[in-house]
Amino acid sequence: MDTHPELPARLARDLDGSFDELVGAYQRLVFGLALRVVADRADAEEVAQDTFERAYWALAGYQAERVAAMRLRPWLATITLNLARNRRRRRPPPARPLEDGDGRPLAVAAPAAAEPAAVAERGQERELWAELLAGLPRGWREAVVLRHVEGLPYAEVAEVLGRPVGTVKTHVHRGVRQLRELLEAREERVPR
Amino acid sequence: MNRLDIHDDPDGGWRELAEGLHGLRAEPPPTLRPAVLERVGLADAYVTVDGPAGPLLVAYNGRGISATAPGAEEAGFAERFQARFRRPLRPADRPPATLVAQVERLLGPGRAGRRPRYDLRGTSEFERAVLAKAQEIPPGQVRPYAWVAGELGRPAAVRAVGAALGRNPVPVLIPCHRVVGSDGRLTGYAWGVGYKRALLAAEGADPDELERLARRGTRFFGSDTTRIYCYPTCANARRTTDRHLLRFRGAAEAAAAGYRPCLACRPA
Repeated sequence: MDTHPELPARLARDLDGSFDELVGAYQRLVFGLALRVVADRADAEEVAQDTFERAYWALAGYQAERVAAMRLRPWLATITLNLARNRRRRRPPPARPLEDGDGRPLAVAAPAAAEPAAVAERGQERELWAELLAGLPRGWREAVVLRHVEGLPYAEVAEVLGRPVGTVKTHVHRGVRQLRELLEAREERVPR
Repeated sequence: MNRLDIHDDPDGGWRELAEGLHGLRAEPPPTLRPAVLERVGLADAYVTVDGPAGPLLVAYNGRGISATAPGAEEAGFAERFQARFRRPLRPADRPPATLVAQVERLLGPGRAGRRPRYDLRGTSEFERAVLAKAQEIPPGQVRPYAWVAGELGRPAAVRAVGAALGRNPVPVLIPCHRVVGSDGRLTGYAWGVGYKRALLAAEGADPDELERLARRGTRFFGSDTTRIYCYPTCANARRTTDRHLLRFRGAAEAAAAGYRPCLACRPA
């Protein structure tokens, strides 16, 4: 079930009048997904722009009945993932080792002095999660991001990744297990 | 129930993992939405460029340049833009380098290079044909409304040509200022006849001389060496020396004298 059930019908009737609504409804998914793949905010914004531009011209070319029947969330996630992977292939993100040479976790960068402690802590936490996630093999990482960061149901995750639901579930579970192991290993070494 | 699904088992030690992953949902930058709308042509941005007769406001979106206005009208530009096109317009965050370069080349002395793309949504097929024809008139030259109508195979549509040029969304860039009254006078221009004269003067035309010819009823120049007649601003006419130059009040007079129309400016 998509989060905006009326939107395809409105897009079919009046693309130019409702496209802004589509951007507003899915920009968080599209940008967030792109960011987890390309790992750079400026690159992710360009991928997101390209995604919506592509979506607009595709919708403009489709028959109204086809637009009205579309499932926008998996469709947009598929476009995003393809464009983000292409960009990552052209310009891979800089390597960020999870641990230093001695096997100890790297210190997280100190927050700016003016930053309130809560925000800083949240920022550190996000950085930690992003780092852990970036360490997963690509197939697992994409499945975990779609399922647990963006909250898509398994059926849609499977559709976006072009794999059977069972395979996708296995990948999510393995990814989550590895994340947990990484987390536990880290917590043993760095008391929190 | 699968023990490994953190959503199904939020309290079984997976809560931290679930919250941590969900906390990674990223807020898109506020620039994303307007940028997307501009790229697909549902909103526009504008920049100010150096125009031939002072600063020129140029609005654009991903489909092309959509509107122009004299630089002094910045305050009213967005208002009139929205009234006509029903799209939001905002100043550009940073000037679009490619587009500015294309406009500068188009308006520069060489007028070479690739023409910018225009977003002419909202104009009729006839209007677009008129605008395309106006773009064929070389800089510094002028042609009457009737010439445009005749070239389009609609010789009776002189008033419609005038109306189409009056609705030109991108004046200066699409040179509707190079189209003049059928008697040769520098008539009506959306931004005033003074602006039209300034644009033509900036391209090397002599507006006073054009008005003088119009008052005297001189419509064409002929050359007694080639026995060809032209519009007075045609490059071929300007090459003719005074000693060999004849003045005609109309095509019939030129034809009666045994002159044929120029193939470049096509006066008949």
